[in-house]
Amino acid sequence: MPEPDTAVLANRAGIIAALRQAAPDAVIDDPAETRVYECDALSAYRCAPLAVVLPRSTEEVSVVLATCHRLGVPVVPRGAGTSLAGGSMPTADAVVIGLARMNKVLEIAPEDRLVRVQTGRTNLSVTTAVEGQGFFFAPDPSSQLACAIGGNIAMNSGGAHCLKYGVTTNNLLGVRLVLMDGTIVDLGGPSGEGPSLDLLGVVCGAEGQLGIVTEATLRILPKPAGARPVLVAFDSSETAGACVAAIIRSGVLPVAIEFMDGPCIAATEAHSGAGYPDCEALLIIEVEGSDPEIDEQLGLIRAVAQSFDPIEFRESQSEDESRRIWLGRKSAFGAMGQLGDYICLDGTIPVSSLPVVLAEIGVLSKRYGLAVANVFHAGDGNMHPLILYDANTPGELDKAEALGADILRLCVRAGGCLTGEHGVGIEKRDLMREQYSSADLEAQMRVKDVFDPGWLLNAAKVFPLDLSAERKRVARLGVHHAS
Amino acid sequence: MRPESEAELAALIRQAERPLSITGGATRHQPGEGQGLRLDMTGLQGVTLFEPAALTLVVRAGTSLASVEKMLADEGQMLGFEPACHPGSTIGGVFATNSSGPRRIQLGAARDALLGVRFVDGNGEIISNGGRVMKNVTGYDLVKLMAGSRGRLGALTELSLRTAPVPPASCTLTLPALDAIGAIAALTTALGSPLDVSGAGWLPGAGALLRIEGLSGSVQTRAAELTRLLSGFGEVHVLDSDPWQQLRNGPQNGEGDLWRIVCRPSEAPALLAALPAPEMMDWGGGLILLRLPAGELPELPKFWGHARRVSGAAPAVLPAPDPVTARLEAGLRQRFDPRGIFAGAE
Ligand SMILES: Cc1cc2nc3c(=O)[nH]c(=O)nc-3n(C[C@H](O)[C@H](O)[C@H](O)COP(=O)(O)OP(=O)(O)OC[C@H]3O[C@@H](n4cnc5c(N)ncnc54)[C@H](O)[C@@H]3O)c2cc1C
Ligand SMILES: Cc1cc2nc3c(=O)[nH]c(=O)nc-3n(C[C@H](O)[C@H](O)[C@H](O)COP(=O)(O)OP(=O)(O)OC[C@H]3O[C@@H](n4cnc5c(N)ncnc54)[C@H](O)[C@@H]3O)c2cc1C
Repeated sequence: MPEPDTAVLANRAGIIAALRQAAPDAVIDDPAETRVYECDALSAYRCAPLAVVLPRSTEEVSVVLATCHRLGVPVVPRGAGTSLAGGSMPTADAVVIGLARMNKVLEIAPEDRLVRVQTGRTNLSVTTAVEGQGFFFAPDPSSQLACAIGGNIAMNSGGAHCLKYGVTTNNLLGVRLVLMDGTIVDLGGPSGEGPSLDLLGVVCGAEGQLGIVTEATLRILPKPAGARPVLVAFDSSETAGACVAAIIRSGVLPVAIEFMDGPCIAATEAHSGAGYPDCEALLIIEVEGSDPEIDEQLGLIRAVAQSFDPIEFRESQSEDESRRIWLGRKSAFGAMGQLGDYICLDGTIPVSSLPVVLAEIGVLSKRYGLAVANVFHAGDGNMHPLILYDANTPGELDKAEALGADILRLCVRAGGCLTGEHGVGIEKRDLMREQYSSADLEAQMRVKDVFDPGWLLNAAKVFPLDLSAERKRVARLGVHHAS
Repeated sequence: MRPESEAELAALIRQAERPLSITGGATRHQPGEGQGLRLDMTGLQGVTLFEPAALTLVVRAGTSLASVEKMLADEGQMLGFEPACHPGSTIGGVFATNSSGPRRIQLGAARDALLGVRFVDGNGEIISNGGRVMKNVTGYDLVKLMAGSRGRLGALTELSLRTAPVPPASCTLTLPALDAIGAIAALTTALGSPLDVSGAGWLPGAGALLRIEGLSGSVQTRAAELTRLLSGFGEVHVLDSDPWQQLRNGPQNGEGDLWRIVCRPSEAPALLAALPAPEMMDWGGGLILLRLPAGELPELPKFWGHARRVSGAAPAVLPAPDPVTARLEAGLRQRFDPRGIFAGAE
């Protein structure tokens, strides 16, 4: 991480006094309490912030940001702190602005198929708020019980069902955004389309670097009549991968296609006893609709799957069986945790490359002498290889990280990308050049220059530090001179 | 000027001394556009990669929309959205205008199908963003920023996009008795049901129109359920002809200026009451196209959305863009095109 700004550290008392004036009962500066905010779910990296502010309104966010801007203080926005990329991890000179208190539903409009919420609200509770009217909010990250809509927008989060429903950006119609200087602006429109440039589109996924999102207008969809999963077991990962491609090619669009390989199946069986077949790889495929529609879709999927000689094709016949088909998949990460320490990667590849990439991961795993288990959203090529290692053996973590970087390079070479849903944060900042040229990164940083000319907002993330160092220095000089 | 490669285009832009008008098929210039030196993109043609099993197509921007659609159809696929298709339209023009059509309510807009872009900015720098996979959160999403940007930030050279399977069956229902205002409640009811409606529009004479697509058994059952659901709104018929092409392409040329209004369906009745009869309506009432006498500005009630003059002499958008958005947009244009080379786009 970059060195903290000494001028800011030296002015700590003045900054806290100014924040208290801006948001009287929302400031936390007791070191015992700010420690709570020292990291997100990427807990290997920690640093307590200078102070934390928990505003209650957009106006309060605006005054607090204007204050930080005037004093040249870096700011880190925070939702629920479940980022796996270190996105909401602070620096010692930063003020964390947490949205947790801003969790109201502002408007439910079933006739327009939208809901407007404050962005501290959790993902799952958006669906809870609208399901009485027969609707749901589609993006469903596995962390949906805890993570906030603001974090989802910043990370453009996805989930198991995005094969059919898309990710956050495809379900976001508008935002109220507070820029670093305190200016409030509304972006988007009732269909997601604003009158000119798609600024909403670039704010979504910008990892909290362009402004703090305080309100979001979200697209909601009518809940389908029903859903049913099938489990298809294979004797090799390659065959399972080829089957995924064939299903997609056949024209049916399941809502989810999840993939688990042998090591992962063994671990989850030992952990949750879901009763999965003894096999090298399995797919869980879920389709939606009324019963006859489900039967029609599953008929097609069965026909495709049969041509790959599966060990088993298990179609759920009851709620309970559906639950058990999903049980192992849902407990997979917990199960792997019981085997030891692991790093969870998040690369994406074209679905057609699944068989080759899986084979190459196997080769890399042997070369490094570290086991890799695979469980992922196969329908959209978003892989989560889990690298198992022993944190107590000196040097193993480094080795695991090196293997991880090699696997991500492999994803990029296969036509994929470094991160499919977790974001760059600080975790993958220095790998960005694997996917993008300097000109590509320069183009992205220009957007940051426009929204946050002082480079004060979450600025240590996303871009390799050496690339952004010079413009940050120049920008900060400007800010300090102005104040 | 008609460059044949990305490198040639980059060199042309670097050397340009006056504003250029980036042009695909020139089938859709808005009022005020196309005043600069013509930069014809149709030399940048051809498919780079087509992988039906991954629902992925990578194609150069000057390729004609018709040939892209033909190639996809041959593999049982299509664009997930439904861009206006006029003779000569290019795929680059489609994304530069975010032309999306009726299926937007179900599968999203053109921008939602766009996975990656390559473009040349106003400095003549070649920039790539996104990729060819559905899920990608590596860095900022300039793909969305470029979609619908009408050539203001750069000339698109290559697009990578997500295709969709062609639904095996389709059925269109109509409620011919409904006028535009009366249609909105029926369309809203249909879109609020779990019947997965993929088109919800209105045309004069034809009335409210609803489309259901998918596997054939499912289409039959859903059409029957939808008929039952809407029976309270008037008579429901199955339509033999396909009105969606017309909704997709927009009204024919005619007298006066064409206006395009994007709004919340719940606000559409008040807007419609304040305006002359529309030429068409789509997105369950969220998109209204109508004609006003040349040069006239409509008086609109306060609503969330915007109205734009898409044909006629002078550009116009209502309400006027707010100053913060305008400042951000000006900042982006200044950085992507510091010499104003793409100012010819307006
Ligand atoms: C067990 C587990 C499972 C997960 N599964 C998934 C998954 O399936 N799919 C997936 O996509 N992710 C997943 N994640 C990652 C994480 O949950 C998502 O990235 C989530 O969107 C983060 O939300 P948050 O509210 O916790 O954000 P935080 O961690 O608080 O912040 C994340 C980023 O968003 C910024 N930010 C937060 N709020 C705002 C705001 N209001 N305005 C501007 N910027 C803001 C922060 O600065 C930071 O850069 C998982 C995480 C865990 C721990
Ligand atoms: C009568 C009529 C009604 C229409 N109604 C609608 C409508 O309601 N909604 C809608 O969305 N579309 C509408 N269209 C849309 C239009 O047909 C499509 O958007 C078309 O595909 C544009 O393609 P083109 O190649 O002809 O683009 P052009 O007309 O050549 O260009 C359109 C715009 O895109 C820019 N552009 C073109 N190519 C590039 C490139 N490679 N890189 C960067 N910028 C580029 C141009 O500078 C210009 O701003 C309508 C068209 C007509 C003729």
